[in-house]
Amino acid sequence: MNCIIVDDEQMARVIIKTLCDEIKFLKVVGEFSNAMQAIKFLNANEIDLIFLDIHMPDFNGVDFIKTLKNPPKIILTTSDSQFAIEAFEYDFIVDYLLKPIELTRFQKAILKVQKHEPTSNEVKLDSEIKNDFYVNIDRRLIKIHLESICIVEAKGDYIHIKTEEKNYVVHSTLTRIEEKLPNSLFLRVHRSFIINVKKIVDIEDNTVVIKREVIPVSRSKRPELMKRLDLL
Amino acid sequence: MEKPNLDYVEKLARGDESLRKKLIGIIKDEFPEEKEAYYKSLKDKDFKKTEENVHRLKHKIIILGLEENYKIANKFEHDLRELNLDKVEDFDKILIAISYYLKTI
Repeated sequence: MNCIIVDDEQMARVIIKTLCDEIKFLKVVGEFSNAMQAIKFLNANEIDLIFLDIHMPDFNGVDFIKTLKNPPKIILTTSDSQFAIEAFEYDFIVDYLLKPIELTRFQKAILKVQKHEPTSNEVKLDSEIKNDFYVNIDRRLIKIHLESICIVEAKGDYIHIKTEEKNYVVHSTLTRIEEKLPNSLFLRVHRSFIINVKKIVDIEDNTVVIKREVIPVSRSKRPELMKRLDLL
Repeated sequence: MEKPNLDYVEKLARGDESLRKKLIGIIKDEFPEEKEAYYKSLKDKDFKKTEENVHRLKHKIIILGLEENYKIANKFEHDLRELNLDKVEDFDKILIAISYYLKTI
């Protein structure tokens, strides 16, 4: 299994290389101190696994992931668990390792890589059993409990996630968040709105009321919405 | 105060003396550079850069077994995002302790 290591710290690269050397079938074919070098290498070479430091200056691991068209499997490495949690956004991210990485934990991660063959169904199931997810706001990952979300509204390049307690503005798209929200609870009722069906307090012809907000419902979405409601 | 140690390095090297030396050599090379970069960013009041430098130094802190100090560094790193320098003196003490320790190994 060919792998590369992307980490701005030499110490971290040497540690990961040392751990890789313990696993017979792992072959480190490249070590990179920044994401740009790694991207160049990936454009010319096929590899199976990346050990990626999520927290790098200038161009961090998340930015790096977003540039990958056909990403191989990735194991995130980090000294801060909250950065790694964003891993759940991508199905090709197999595991994350907290620094300092121990051999036994490293071996477990490699086992996961061997077993990891995500399918679209698997990804779907994962998202349906999750109770919460994390959003990146000002380089912080903030946990949002799925059931607390009332409305998600698209506004330009941002989405507004409105929960019972608080509103969050996140740089993302409605389509992207829609993939993460369980179908059993959420419905896109309009090109700019996803709603938590359980939070509806009132429905009129082409609107619903949630949290005292009137949300438009597209004509094409109304039948689906009506199906979801527990009508007497 | 906690004392730095080489437990993690020894564990990783598993008796391989050349690897042990290599790892210690890297710590000795990287730490002063990272420390200098940290103090420069702090002097320049560049909070973002300071946060990044603290993040890098954090790895050395935990490699040297300083678990409690790692928590302080972590708090400091997070505080820096709020432009809060409350932990600057505590962090300074950690860097001094490590600098002193690296001269002994």
